[in-house]
Amino acid sequence: MLTTKFIRRNKLIIFFLLITPSILWSYQFLSGALGVNPIEKLMDELGLMALRLIIATLFISSLAEFRFLRSLIEIRRMIGLFAFYYVCLHFLSYIILDHFFDIQFIIKDIIKRPFITFGFISFLALIPLASTSTKSWIKKLGYKTWKKIHYLIYLAAILSSIHFFMLVRVNKIEPAIYIGLILLLLIYRIYKRIIYPLWAQ
Amino acid sequence: MKILPSDITPYSIYINRRKFIKGAGAAALSFSISRKTQANHIGDNDLYKELLDNNDTLNTFEEITTYNNFYEFGMGKTDPYKNSGSFNPIPWTIKLEGLINKPKTIDLEKLLSLVTIEDRVYRLRCVEAWSMVIPWQGFSLSKLIKIADPLSAAKFVQFETIFRPEEMPGQRRRILPWPYVEGLRIDEAMHPLTILSTGLYGHDLLNQNGAPIRLVVPWKYGFKSIKSIVTIRFVDKEPKATWPMTAPSEYGFYSNVNSLVDHPRWSQSTERRIGEFKRRKTMMFNGYEEEVSHLYKGMDLKKFY
Repeated sequence: MLTTKFIRRNKLIIFFLLITPSILWSYQFLSGALGVNPIEKLMDELGLMALRLIIATLFISSLAEFRFLRSLIEIRRMIGLFAFYYVCLHFLSYIILDHFFDIQFIIKDIIKRPFITFGFISFLALIPLASTSTKSWIKKLGYKTWKKIHYLIYLAAILSSIHFFMLVRVNKIEPAIYIGLILLLLIYRIYKRIIYPLWAQ
Repeated sequence: MKILPSDITPYSIYINRRKFIKGAGAAALSFSISRKTQANHIGDNDLYKELLDNNDTLNTFEEITTYNNFYEFGMGKTDPYKNSGSFNPIPWTIKLEGLINKPKTIDLEKLLSLVTIEDRVYRLRCVEAWSMVIPWQGFSLSKLIKIADPLSAAKFVQFETIFRPEEMPGQRRRILPWPYVEGLRIDEAMHPLTILSTGLYGHDLLNQNGAPIRLVVPWKYGFKSIKSIVTIRFVDKEPKATWPMTAPSEYGFYSNVNSLVDHPRWSQSTERRIGEFKRRKTMMFNGYEEEVSHLYKGMDLKKFY
C-alpha cells in the first residue's frame, strides 16, 4: 500500500522531478542544445509536459478512489499547479519567443485559428483552478462549489488534447491516445457520479 | 524603384557564372569519385554570398542537414538526419516515361554528363512557416525535359520518390501513401528557376536532403520539392500529389508561397527563418514574384492554392 506518510516524505523529491525539465530546457534553449529551431522545440516540450501533467491529475482523481492508492491525492494539487506552470511557460513562449509581443497578430491568431483558440480557452479554464487550489479556498467556497469549479479540468484536458491533435500534420497517434485516455476517465467519472448512484437507488 | 538582383547581374551570367566541373567527362568522373569521399569540392562561400539577395544570410550546413521534413526517414525534424544512414543512393537510375517520344531509364552518371552543374542560392519556405537560405548545386529541369523529349500532349510532369522501406524506416508505416509523388505544370517545370539539385554547399546531397537527386522549386512550399527521385512521368492531366491527396483542404496542387492565403490551421503571413529570433514577413511567391507571377496570370490563387 502506498502510504500517505511515504508520499508526504517524498513530496520534495517529486517537486524537484517536476521542476527539473523546465530548468533543463531553459538551459538547453540558452546554450543552443535544442536544435536549429529552438523556439519550436521549447514550445512543443512545454506544451506536451503540461498536457501530460493535466492527464496525470485526472488519473490521480480516479485512482485515488481505490483504497490502496488513496494517498495519491496528496500530490494532486502539486501536479495540477505544475501543469498550470508549464501551460503558463508554453503560453509565454508563444507570446514572447514565437511572436515577440506582436499582440495584434496574437489576438487575430487566437480568434481565427481553432487550434489556438482551444489552447487559449484551456489556459483560461485553468486559471480559476490554479487560483483556488489552497485549502482556505475550499473552505471559503464550500467543498461542493469548489469541486464543481474544478470539473473545469476536464474542459481544459479535452481542449488541450484537441489543440495538440490539430497541431500535428499526420502523426496523430500520440494525441489520439491522450484524447482517448481523457474520454475514458471522463466516462468513468460520469458513471461513478451519476449513473452508478441512480442505479444503486 | 526596386532593384532586383537580376537587374544587377544579367540572368544568364548569374546562373552560369561558375561551373564547378569543367567538361562533361570530368563531371561523370568526379561524381563517381565523390560518392566515396562525400565531397567533390569545397564550398565556395564567397560565391554563395555573391548570389545572395540583400536581406538574406545563408543558413549553415548543419542547419540545412539536421532539420528536415522527409517522412520516409521519420516524422521528427531530426529523424532524417538520424535515420538515413543506411540509405544507399548509388547506383541510381531515373525512369523517364509517359507522353514522351522514347521512354527510357537513364543512369544518373550518364545524365550528369549531359548537363552543367550550376550554383543557385534559393530561399526555401516550408508550409509549416519556417524558412532557410540554401546554396544548391544542380541543373535546370528544362534540360532534362529536353532530353526526355515530351510529346506536345504532355501538359504536366509527375515525380516519384524511391520506395525502399528496408532502407527508409518511415516507409514501413503507412503514415503517407507511399511512394511520395509530386507534380508541376509543364511551364512551371520549364521555368529557369526550377532545378534538379544534386548537391548543396559543394557537397553531394546528403541522404536527409534527398540524395542523390531532388527537385527544387523555390517559389513553392518545400513539400513540392520532392526528394530522391526515381521516376519522372509526362502526363496530360494534373497529376496526383501526396499532400493534396492526404489532406486536400490543407494542401493544393499549386502550393505557391502565398502570404495572403493562410493554411486552414495557421497563418502564412510570417515565417521563422531558421537561425533568427524575430519572424519575417513572408514574401509573395517567396520573393520570386517578378520571375514567376506571369505563370499564374488570371488565376484565382485563393482557389488554386
